[in-house]
Amino acid sequence: MTREWVTIVLLAAATYGLKSFGPLVLGGDRSLPPRLTRLADDLPAPLLAALVAISALASGDSWSVDARAVGLVVAAIALWRKLPFVVVVIAAAAATALVRAL
Amino acid sequence: MTDISKNVRNRILRQALSIAFAVTPFGLAFGIAAREAGLNIFEAMGFSTLVFTGSAQFAAVSVLADGGSALTAVLAGALLNLRSLAFGVALAPFLQGRLRFRATAAQLMIDEAAAVGMAQPEPSQRRYGYLAGGLAVFVLWNVSTAAGVLFFGAMGDVVTTAGIDATIPAAFLALLWPRLADSRQRRIALGGAVIALLGVPVLPPGLPIVAAGLAVLLPRRTP
Repeated sequence: MTREWVTIVLLAAATYGLKSFGPLVLGGDRSLPPRLTRLADDLPAPLLAALVAISALASGDSWSVDARAVGLVVAAIALWRKLPFVVVVIAAAAATALVRAL
Repeated sequence: MTDISKNVRNRILRQALSIAFAVTPFGLAFGIAAREAGLNIFEAMGFSTLVFTGSAQFAAVSVLADGGSALTAVLAGALLNLRSLAFGVALAPFLQGRLRFRATAAQLMIDEAAAVGMAQPEPSQRRYGYLAGGLAVFVLWNVSTAAGVLFFGAMGDVVTTAGIDATIPAAFLALLWPRLADSRQRRIALGGAVIALLGVPVLPPGLPIVAAGLAVLLPRRTP
């Protein structure tokens, strides 16, 4: 097997193991312990916020405040104005493109 | 899934499709990166179907391109993907069912699917959102990977000039938004963002997002 296929097969196995732990090990039980339910309830906010922060304000291993940050602010304003999801995303892209074009 | 009204279903499907389209340029970029690393179309598609985790795929392919070993490539990719463990714990309550269903649904445990799922207010909607987001991204990610390998070009420039890279944080923010109405959720969200950013310069890529989960330890009530 080539180096490429060894990587694909092993990485697929490793990522599947990580992906499936929750659904396979915890998902079969109809009633999860309350502590775990609370954890499942609390985890999304910090994880989503981390995804926002890193995809907007970091590149590689350093912080990077660039045109994407303007896009994020525009997205926040669009959300505050209760605009639809698609509009929020397009407005962010347009604002970022505009700043880069200046 | 019969308890979801048509309006809600349409709203979730719109979210799923929007985020899947936002991911498409990165699928193209992955196809191009794979081709430049010397991978053929089968290997590139092997990554996008079997591994199906954008950041892990990019990391592994860049290690391969630099002449690294398979083991290094696997380690780099797997470390980046530790966060799907956290997503899986968050979504497990909504992905119950037969073993075959859970085993199949688990392959879709990526940022975007988890984000669309977690964003929904009701449990049945979370399940629907996760599956819709995951399937939409799976299809478009693979189509765009193939397109990137077959019709490669200087896509990286288009992604930045058109501001397409800004659609991803905007989409994640839109999915986080409804949770911010609650004061505790707002605090742990802020905590998560701060932990993640502090982790960026010191932790290996991928781990800052996992570390952000520690924000759930913030006290429930301010004294």
